[in-house]
Amino acid sequence: MAAPSPWDATRAREIIDAHLELEGPALPILHALQETFGHVPREAVPMVASALNVSRAEMHGIVTFYHDFREEPAGEHVVKVCRAESCQSRGGREIGDRIAALLGLKWYETSADGRVTLEPVYCLGLCTMGPNAMVDGKPVARIDKVGAARLVEEVTR
Amino acid sequence: MSRIFVPKDVAALALGADAVAAAIAEEAAKRGLAIEIVRNGSRGAFFLEPLVEVETPFGRVGYREIVADDVASLFEADFLSGGDHPTCIGKTDDFPWFAGQTRLTFARCGIVDPLSLDDYAALGGWKGLKRALALGEIGTLEEVSLSGLRGRGGAGFPTGVKWKTVAMAKADRKYVICNADEGDSGTFADRMIMEGDPFCLIEGMVICGLAVGATKGFVYSRSEYPHANATFARAIEIARAAGHLGPNIDGSGRAFELELRVGAGAYVCGEETALMESLEGKRGIVRAKPPLPAIAGLFGKPTVVNNLLSLATIPFILAEGAQAYADFGAGRSRGTMPIQIAGNVRYGGLWETAFGVTLGEIVETIGGGTATGRPVKAVQCGGPLGAYFPVSLFDTPYDYEAFTAAGGLIGHGGIVVFDDTADMAEMAHFAFEFGAIESCGKCTPCRIGAVRGREVMEKVLEGRGGAADLTLLEDLCETMKFGSLCALGGFIPYPVTSAMTHFPDDFRRAGLPAAAE
Repeated sequence: MAAPSPWDATRAREIIDAHLELEGPALPILHALQETFGHVPREAVPMVASALNVSRAEMHGIVTFYHDFREEPAGEHVVKVCRAESCQSRGGREIGDRIAALLGLKWYETSADGRVTLEPVYCLGLCTMGPNAMVDGKPVARIDKVGAARLVEEVTR
Repeated sequence: MSRIFVPKDVAALALGADAVAAAIAEEAAKRGLAIEIVRNGSRGAFFLEPLVEVETPFGRVGYREIVADDVASLFEADFLSGGDHPTCIGKTDDFPWFAGQTRLTFARCGIVDPLSLDDYAALGGWKGLKRALALGEIGTLEEVSLSGLRGRGGAGFPTGVKWKTVAMAKADRKYVICNADEGDSGTFADRMIMEGDPFCLIEGMVICGLAVGATKGFVYSRSEYPHANATFARAIEIARAAGHLGPNIDGSGRAFELELRVGAGAYVCGEETALMESLEGKRGIVRAKPPLPAIAGLFGKPTVVNNLLSLATIPFILAEGAQAYADFGAGRSRGTMPIQIAGNVRYGGLWETAFGVTLGEIVETIGGGTATGRPVKAVQCGGPLGAYFPVSLFDTPYDYEAFTAAGGLIGHGGIVVFDDTADMAEMAHFAFEFGAIESCGKCTPCRIGAVRGREVMEKVLEGRGGAADLTLLEDLCETMKFGSLCALGGFIPYPVTSAMTHFPDDFRRAGLPAAAE
């Protein structure tokens, strides 16, 4: 994954302006900001609010409503482990807990060295071959104990 | 030149399909053989993936569960001519799991190169749109009504009625929304179409737009589906460049534009009014109905909100005629349903068939029972908000009415199988927990109810609960079912009460040992 850019108000302005032609541009703008900066920077929120003619409070409410938008950049690697029913039926609960324990992280936590962020996800659409995860956007299926250890080793190496 | 198919469906990718494709290309180059590798979608038999296929004069021949290390031996076995190999399943179409299906919506998925307009047209693509243009608005609406197609998102509302309402509404602008926010665990049909036959969805949406007088369509997909989104975004560009989208659809003088939007991890945005709020750029908070979206939907304009599967079925209905679709099915459930058999199941995948097959046939015969080989304990039908069915209800026919009568719903067609190690009280707890995480917070029964339900279930799980707590849960479920604004809060009771009704033993936990005085 490309490393997130440091905060740059001019860049943020360009991103916002590039989407203003869209109908209902808020989510595309927030996705694009996060894509560039690795999160939705606090400084960007009032800029988006004024561009869309909504209050800062309302914009804050929008950003915080959606699970995807981060207020802090994620770690270098993002591990999303499916916690939904299909994966549970195939031992996903235990595998998820095992990955968390091996990483020494709680859900939604980033390691102190900034290497790994662990998040739950509710369904990746690979429901016949769980337990599943998405590591830096790449799908990983049929995770057993060995697979869990390998996954953790790859992101902490 | 030999045409070799190596799926690019994310399920195949998770099992190493990219490495297989690379190994095949490398091995062919080494041997000086000219081949064309097509990255198709999945045919839906995930237990066969990566399923490599080769085009031969006698049809496509399949090789199952291929890993990169198999590739050299495949060449040795002359798989380019369909040669025998331990992984060979023979002609793919004759493989029983495929031969037993009725594929109307998924006729092309896994067969074609998803981004090839030639492939799409060669297998009947744009035929439906052509006929819709010839029939005109009223004729198209009539065909959709006569087909008996009902909303594949779960509610089962007649699609034709919805379209007619929007068509009759007077407005300067109308919209078509494809709900591809496929958040239900155990479902992957929308994803498969976006990855495997994206032009089919585009054609369905264009037909809808022309019929109801809408000029703009949105596909609302999930951020959890990056592969599907990438393929679909590319398909829109290709279709637009070829004139199937834009100001003059196929030279008809009619306009329709299409845009892909990606959600941001909120399950509730699969609810149509929350979805529209999200598209408008707001928090995904449910709206009270009425007004119906068909009258005042996106940006207050008349809007068709259809599930992806409904829209992807439209090209078949228009191309082959309403009757050809309505000929399949049972009772008031006409046509076919792409059933997604998932979870702890031996032969999991997407199985499209006419309504009327029994739940037991789906799980035991088609699915082959559990993957672990243990007895089936329960199957959850219709996603996180669907009921748990015990084996004693396996004679229930798979159709809207029969499932409702059995206290469940078919939802988006997902079926998740659990073996006898499943703890149904844990699953009831999870239903509340999921509801508490995903509730939009607008109505009290859902916002507070899910949290209180989770707390009571924690008590039950820890063995601190008594009969009074189970009565309390029943009462809470009653309140949520009838008092919630939308199906999120309204349907959480389905998994909870079905688990309590059919698996009461799981809710009778041993009490904690009395504390030492």
